[in-house]
Amino acid sequence: MLAKRIIPCLDVDNGRVVKGVRFVDIRDAGDPVEIARRYDQEGADELTFLDITASHENRDTMVHVVEQVAGEVFIPLTVGGGIRKLDDIRRMLNAGADKVSINTAAVFEPEFVKAAAERFGSQCIVVAIDAKCVGTDPLRWEIFTHGGRKPTGLDAVEWAQRMVDYGAGEILLTSMDRDGTRIGFDLAVTRAISEAVPVPIIASGGVGNLQHLADGVLEGKADAVLAASIFHFAEFTVREAKEFMAARGIEVRL
Amino acid sequence: MSTVAVIDYGMGNLHSIAKALQHADPSVIVTVTADRETILHADRVVFPGVGAIRDCMAALQRLRLDAVIREAAAEKPLLGICLGMQALLDSSEENGGTPCLGLIPGRVVRFAESTGNASSSQQELKVPHMGWNRVHPLRAHPVWDGLDHDRWFYFVHSYYAQPTDPRCIAATTYYPEPFASAVAKGNIIAVQFHPEKSQADGLRLLANFLRWRPEP
Repeated sequence: MLAKRIIPCLDVDNGRVVKGVRFVDIRDAGDPVEIARRYDQEGADELTFLDITASHENRDTMVHVVEQVAGEVFIPLTVGGGIRKLDDIRRMLNAGADKVSINTAAVFEPEFVKAAAERFGSQCIVVAIDAKCVGTDPLRWEIFTHGGRKPTGLDAVEWAQRMVDYGAGEILLTSMDRDGTRIGFDLAVTRAISEAVPVPIIASGGVGNLQHLADGVLEGKADAVLAASIFHFAEFTVREAKEFMAARGIEVRL
Repeated sequence: MSTVAVIDYGMGNLHSIAKALQHADPSVIVTVTADRETILHADRVVFPGVGAIRDCMAALQRLRLDAVIREAAAEKPLLGICLGMQALLDSSEENGGTPCLGLIPGRVVRFAESTGNASSSQQELKVPHMGWNRVHPLRAHPVWDGLDHDRWFYFVHSYYAQPTDPRCIAATTYYPEPFASAVAKGNIIAVQFHPEKSQADGLRLLANFLRWRPEP
């Protein structure tokens, strides 16, 4: 059967991977190609590159990063951050990305997702959703922008369904309540959205240990789990994560 | 020096497939092209594709590549990938029914999505079928050299091929029922998954294809 995926996320700033990288034996710990190669060797199922500055000038640098990585690492690559125009998508795909992740632009211009899916196919359009819990009885989550600072009034579950109707092939769901906390995914919102839409869900935000990854799949019903810090710092390798999940009965590619 | 032409008709990520072929065998000359003569003079042809089938067929017809693909398949090894596999069948039910190239008898159908009320024992079926899944070769073929033991390959698709002749099915994959994840007939080998995105085993399959000499 289809394996659950583990996706390391690399934050890229001006062509360099930032936010702590554990690989001490590689020549240059910020080099995207070397880090991507290392994750690939450890068994990463995909890689996500997040352009954290996402400025216009930085776009060319990001295209170059994707080109270099795609020339050496033969697993799927997703690029997010600052994808606002069809031409941004075209350039990333031509550089060797397999998918792009659209976040803010989807909120401000939902039709952009529709146009992108029609032009490039749903298989390469990931819509990133930043959700925050805004009610507990009943549980309710809302879409936030600007790193979780600005509410939009959009219900997260309804928004995910709408994005799938518009052609999103996958949903990257980040819990703004959990992001950076290392206390685990928000399993309730993950499960609510996974059960509400027919496309795969990538859970993100809050991973602090390997049990969290397994919980995301087993309880959150996520199809893939994305994590940054546990892989970047000297905590766990992707292979350890997969072995842990396999031991709990989760199908993974080992 | 062996040459391989990757057919460029504006559908999909040709950079990846070209790089992967080059990586799989650095001695091969890889050309990404829509030029009839270049394709017909190459030793081998790769027919990739992602996106919707109607756009794919329209682009092939506009560039007159449909005839070129038929001609190439009659003469030399041809590797179809993803939409390039689906386009080889008679027709696809995508886009309200689309006639395809008819090189492999059969049709292309959509995965049935889960309705949400499936019993808990049933696997919830997400569509597209996206991610890594095992490929079980059903018949001996040189492209499976070293890959005959249910290896993992990367898939992204919502439709799959149903060849009329079971002898054309070169491999199956479970989602949740077995479907044809590779077909083979004469000079044609075609795979639903993406060998160019399937790490070492994907490169191995490409290297095997680049070495394959079909029996006349």
